[in-house]
Amino acid sequence: MPKSNVVLVSVDSNSVLKGAKYFKNLFQQLVDEYKLSDFVEVLETGSFGVYKDGVIIAIYPEEVYYEIKDAADVKKVVEEHLLKGRRAKDLELDAELFTRKLSVEAKKVVEETRIVLRNAGVIDPTNINEYIARDGYMALAKVLNEMKPQEVVEVVKESGLRGRGGAGFPTGLKWEFTMKTDADQKYVICNADEGEPGTFKDRLIMEGDPHSLIEAMTIAGYAVGATKGYIYIRGEYYGSIQNIQKAIKDAYEYGLLGEDILGSGFTFHLAVRLGAGAYVCGEETALMESIEGKAGRPRLKPPYPPVSGLYSKPTVINNVETFVNVPQIILNGADWFKSIGTESSPGTKVFSLCGNIVNRGIVEAPMGTTVRDLIYKFGGGIANGKALKMVQTGGTAGTFIGPDKLDVPLDFDSMKNYGVSLGSGVILVIDEDNCAVDVLKNAMEFFEHESCGKCTPCREGTKMLVHMLNDISKGKGKREYLDAMKNIASTMLDSAFCGLGQSVPVPLNSMLNNFEAEFLKHIESKESPCGICKFEKPKKKLVKS
Amino acid sequence: MVKVDLDKVKEIVEKVKQETLEEGDILINTLHAIQDYYNNFVPPEAAEEVAKLLNIPVSRVYEVLSFYSMFSIKPRGKYVIRVCKSLPCHVTGGREVMEALKNKLGIEIGETTADGMFTLETTSCLGLCGVAPVIMINDQSFGNLTPEKIDEIIERFRGDENA
Repeated sequence: MPKSNVVLVSVDSNSVLKGAKYFKNLFQQLVDEYKLSDFVEVLETGSFGVYKDGVIIAIYPEEVYYEIKDAADVKKVVEEHLLKGRRAKDLELDAELFTRKLSVEAKKVVEETRIVLRNAGVIDPTNINEYIARDGYMALAKVLNEMKPQEVVEVVKESGLRGRGGAGFPTGLKWEFTMKTDADQKYVICNADEGEPGTFKDRLIMEGDPHSLIEAMTIAGYAVGATKGYIYIRGEYYGSIQNIQKAIKDAYEYGLLGEDILGSGFTFHLAVRLGAGAYVCGEETALMESIEGKAGRPRLKPPYPPVSGLYSKPTVINNVETFVNVPQIILNGADWFKSIGTESSPGTKVFSLCGNIVNRGIVEAPMGTTVRDLIYKFGGGIANGKALKMVQTGGTAGTFIGPDKLDVPLDFDSMKNYGVSLGSGVILVIDEDNCAVDVLKNAMEFFEHESCGKCTPCREGTKMLVHMLNDISKGKGKREYLDAMKNIASTMLDSAFCGLGQSVPVPLNSMLNNFEAEFLKHIESKESPCGICKFEKPKKKLVKS
Repeated sequence: MVKVDLDKVKEIVEKVKQETLEEGDILINTLHAIQDYYNNFVPPEAAEEVAKLLNIPVSRVYEVLSFYSMFSIKPRGKYVIRVCKSLPCHVTGGREVMEALKNKLGIEIGETTADGMFTLETTSCLGLCGVAPVIMINDQSFGNLTPEKIDEIIERFRGDENA
């Protein structure tokens, strides 16, 4: 018998850290105690996309959201809402937060549009039947029964879908190149080595809706003629690894992976491979080296993966978010997809809102949404009543911008047109309490640590940049450092071997250009102007008496 | 010194082999499994055995072990604490959390406490920026941290150990 009420507890990793699993068990326990178990079902789901101090739960069919901070809150919701049928007002969250609408220029209304995250926070990710009930694996069935591989590639090409990992390469073209290369074996790889600081969208997709990725990769395999695929997940992403592995196992049991899928004669095998703590493995050829059991150093390109990828065979490699768009494009058509977003960048983007912002979390909004709307409308503004100092968009390899650039619409062209990068969709808000020198030093230390050491410009360049920034932060900086740093950056742009080194100039130059005054202050004053950098005291001369 | 059980190493390799799609794709997964088994490090003897079983040069295995920051060939503490050092944590109080950890444990990054309980390491972004600042202790994560919470967490781990 279907139960009349459903309590959904979000148990993505962010929520688990706030006690979500404990609260879920407590809900179940209280429901049993009050003998409500015939009417109330307590289920786990993925992220609702919003983070508060507590764990967020939803009760259906009323669709009421509560924020749970401790055991007493759980008790209150059970006793008030479930038992007595009235809302626990003081714990209730504004439902608007979850169907976030906002007006842009008073004309068109931008809403949160969920393609990629349509199931996150709605289904139990460990239950394949719930995915299937939400049209799951329908796109795969359609592709296998009704479409030729060429037609699948055409639809993806026509949709204008571009790579969500940061580079924005047209996905359909990648697939077409791979399809057209003759080989005895081809591969499909999902790049789930999410490591761009501030990005946590792929994690939430894999934890909240793992089957959508499996379905999309199988479709890709059929389209390009590949029979084997790998999902390469960061070694630190325990939750994602677990959910994906469970989903693969279930898909095999249901005949949605393996030999003769859905009686079509098409065979596709999928396995998980783990990273082990190397940011550079997010670079596609380094990732392939890593799957092959080697140190993850990038390969010389060309040849590109569609010609010679994993084990030197033609390979399609896409980001998690990119793949997950595909089943919806197949079901709804390329025109539907193109009707969302901007002309050059159709569709949505999952943005990760983090740093000093009120509502940290993920939001899926149409391409072309402005930085201001992401921060103030979706994100609720700057935390703790502070003033905004800067925003880093696109990840640590992205641009630092001041409050003057908040109205830039973000898509794949915003870097070219406005000097604001979309990257992996990070919106990192940095408030007035932070120091530009300290922030840039942190970013450069990241690149120094993650440089794989293969090429000199990156290996030595990042070291020199950190050295100079260190000096500036200790009050030992020199004026000529500013030009020297830009010089090193431009050398790296021209000569670094892969995207890691080539992207260092993006954060560096944008910071130096937008916040030069603060750097000069550090160089010229005798005491730290920010209170974060610790200036070394000049050595006193010994005066002989 | 840890005594390395070569039969166990073989068993782990065989188990990982069952998930393989291609010969050659199992080295890193194998090393993860061995590291989990030996409590946060890969003993050199085990690494040599893996090389033998997979028919690859020992130097390849060492290259991989030294390249990836999650692996160690030196014994580490029972609990490896990974502190996120990336910007989203850094600007939300990560600086203070890092200092609190160093003070509480009395060690610097890369060191292990004298009782062999904790090793302190830094890590790049863990993708938990919704609850930054964040640390991981072995496979467990902790978010929304403050220096006070660090104190609590470390005491809890120490208490569990002595109980």
